[in-house]
Amino acid sequence: MQNILIIGATSAIAEATAKLYAADGANIYLLARNEERLKIIAADLKIRGATSVKTECFEANDLAAHQALLDRAYQTLGRFDIVLIAHGTLGNQKASEASTEVTMQELQTNALSTIALLSRLANMMEKQRHGTLAVISSVAGDRGRPSNYVYGTAKAAVTTFSQGLGARLFKSGVHVLIIKPGMVDTPMTAEMAMPPILVAKPEQIAKDIVKGIENRKDVLYTPWFWKFVMMGIIHLPRTFFKKTTL
Amino acid sequence: MKMHGWGRYPVVNAEVYAPGTQGEFKTRLSVSTDAGLTPRGLGRSYGDSSLGEHMLSSRRINHFLAFDSATGVLQCEAGVSLSDVLDVFVPEGWFLPVTPGTQFVTIGGAIASDVHGKNHHVAGCFCDHVEHLDILVDTERIIRCSPQEHPDLFHATCGGMGLTGMILSAAIRLKPIRNAFIDQTTFKARNLEESLDLFNIYADAPYSVAWIDCIAGGRSLGRSLLMTGDHAVEGTLTLNSKSRIGLPIDMPSMLLNRHSIKAFNTLYYNRIKGVSVKSHVHYEPFFYPLDSISDWNRMYGKNGFTQYQFVIPQAAGHEAMAAILQTIVASGKGSFLAVLKVFGKQNDNLLSFPVEGYTLALDFKIESDLFPLIDRLDAMVLDYNGRIYLTKDARMSPLTFRSSYRKCDAFQAVRNTYGTSGRFISHQSKRLGMD
Repeated sequence: MQNILIIGATSAIAEATAKLYAADGANIYLLARNEERLKIIAADLKIRGATSVKTECFEANDLAAHQALLDRAYQTLGRFDIVLIAHGTLGNQKASEASTEVTMQELQTNALSTIALLSRLANMMEKQRHGTLAVISSVAGDRGRPSNYVYGTAKAAVTTFSQGLGARLFKSGVHVLIIKPGMVDTPMTAEMAMPPILVAKPEQIAKDIVKGIENRKDVLYTPWFWKFVMMGIIHLPRTFFKKTTL
Repeated sequence: MKMHGWGRYPVVNAEVYAPGTQGEFKTRLSVSTDAGLTPRGLGRSYGDSSLGEHMLSSRRINHFLAFDSATGVLQCEAGVSLSDVLDVFVPEGWFLPVTPGTQFVTIGGAIASDVHGKNHHVAGCFCDHVEHLDILVDTERIIRCSPQEHPDLFHATCGGMGLTGMILSAAIRLKPIRNAFIDQTTFKARNLEESLDLFNIYADAPYSVAWIDCIAGGRSLGRSLLMTGDHAVEGTLTLNSKSRIGLPIDMPSMLLNRHSIKAFNTLYYNRIKGVSVKSHVHYEPFFYPLDSISDWNRMYGKNGFTQYQFVIPQAAGHEAMAAILQTIVASGKGSFLAVLKVFGKQNDNLLSFPVEGYTLALDFKIESDLFPLIDRLDAMVLDYNGRIYLTKDARMSPLTFRSSYRKCDAFQAVRNTYGTSGRFISHQSKRLGMD
C-alpha cells in the first residue's frame, strides 16, 4: 500500500491522479487552499477505495508554515512513497506585462513556493532514502515564448532546480520526476482558445504520471507528442522565432 | 465555442461555464441574470436539449459523496458518469438499477432525461430509482426534492430536460449483483408479428430489446433479432478489459447509403443461424455495444444525424407499428441502428417519455429531403396517440410537442412556481415554445 502526499490537491491533474491511487487502496494526504473542495474530494477518494484520506488547508505562499504542514503529513503517513506537487496558477501574461507586482506574484507562486517545498521535501526524503518526488512543471519552461514567458520562466526554474535535485537525490535512492504537460483541459485553461486536437484530458495526464512514477522516468512529456512539438519549438531559428506570437 | 449534441446537429455558438462548487454555481447564476442558462452534462442527448448560448456544465461536479453498503444508496454529484459508477461499484457487487444504451451520460443527464433501458418493462425509468435530488433553482435556493419532499419539483425535474434548474447531486439506489456477466439469449424473428410476440412471450425476462431491420420490406417487414438477458449465475465481478477503438474523423456520409446498410443488415440478421442462441457475455457488450467505438457519431458524416425515437401506446396495436415501419422502409432511409422495445407502465413524471406500448428508435443522417419524411412520421405517431423522445429530438414542431406531451402545462406551472422559466432554458425549450 502506498502512502502519498499531494500538494495542490484540488487541481484537475492532481485530482485525476489521486483517483487512480485511491482505486489501488493508497493512504492519501491532501493539501490545498479550498477547504470546501478538499472535503468533497476526500469523500470521493474514500468511496473510490482509498484506505485513508486526510486533508489540511495550505497556502502556497506562506513559506514559513510549510515545514509544520509537511511534518504533520509525514507523521500521519509514516513515510512518503510518493509526493506530487501540483499547485500553481496559469498566470495572465498580459496582466503580468502591465504590472511588475503581478509578475513577481506569479513567480512567487509558480516558482519560489514550489522550490521551497522541494527543498524541505528533499531533506526529508533524503533521510528516508526512498520514494518519488514528482513535480508538475510545464512544456512552457522549455523556451521563453511571447505568449507566456512569465509562467514559462517560473516553470523553467522548477525544471532546472528539479534536474539538479534529481541528480543529488539519486544517490540516496530517491526518484525525482519532472512532469511537463502540454495543453490540458482544466478549469485553469477554460478561458483559453486552444486547438481541440492538442488538448488532453486530465485523466490522460494522470495515467501518464502514474506510469512515469512506476518506471522511474526523469522527465515526462504528457501527452507524449509534446516532446516533439517542443523539440521543434526549441530549434526554431531565433530570427524567425522573434516574429512569431507563439 | 461551437457546441452540438451527440447527433452533431444542430451546432450553436456558446459560452460554456464549469463551476466547481455550489458557491460558484450561485455566483454564475447571479452574473448571468438576463441570458438563460442551459445545463449540460456529457452532451449525449442527440438533439438540442443541452444546447444554448450560455451553457452550465456539470463536468467539475463529478464526485461521489457517500455510499451506504447496507442499502446500496449512492449519493453523488450530478456530473458523475454512469461509467464512473460502474467502474467503482461493479467490483463491489453493485449495478445500475436502470441504464440507457451508453454509460457515457451523467447522473444529472440521466435524471433530466429520465432515461430508460432494456429493463423498462419491469424496472421503469432511471428516476424511479432516485431517492432524492438537490437542485439549484436560483441564486439562493438549492432545494432537496423527492417523491415526498417538494414532489411537484421532483416530478417536473425527472425527465424535465434541465428546465427546472441545475441538478447538483442525487441519491440513487444501486442493485446488488453476484457477477459482472449476463446470460443472453438471441431469438430470430422473421417479421414484426413474430418480433412483438417474442416480447410478449419473454415478458418476464429482466432485460429485453430487439435490433430491427428497417430496410427489409414485404414479408420480412420488421424482421429482428430479439435479445433477452439476466444477470448471470456464474462469473466474476470484473470490469471489461477490452480497449475502445475510435473514429477520429468524420466519415464521408456517402459511405452510408441504401446498399451498404442493406448489406450490413442482411449480414447482421443472418449472424444467428438457428431460432435462438444462448451466450454468456460481460455486461459491457450487452448494455453498451456502441461504447466500444468512441465517437461513433462521426459515422454519419459532417452534417450529422438525428435519432428518431417514438412510442405508441399498446392500444394502437401491431398495425400502427407496421404502418409506420412500412413508411420508413418505403423511404429507403432507414439506418442499421434501429431498436425496438416494449415499454412497461408510465410513471408520474410530467415530461417523461415512456408510456406502456411499443417504441422504435432509429438514426437518419441529415440530408435535404429528410425532414418531410420525419414530419410525415410525426403525423402518424400523433394519430396513434404516441410521442417523440425529447432527448433525441432536434426538430419537432411546438404543436406536435403540445399535443403529445399532455402534461406540459402542469410542467410550465411548476417552472413558474419555482421561478426557473426563462432562467433555465435550451435551444429545444425555445423551439418548442416553452420559453
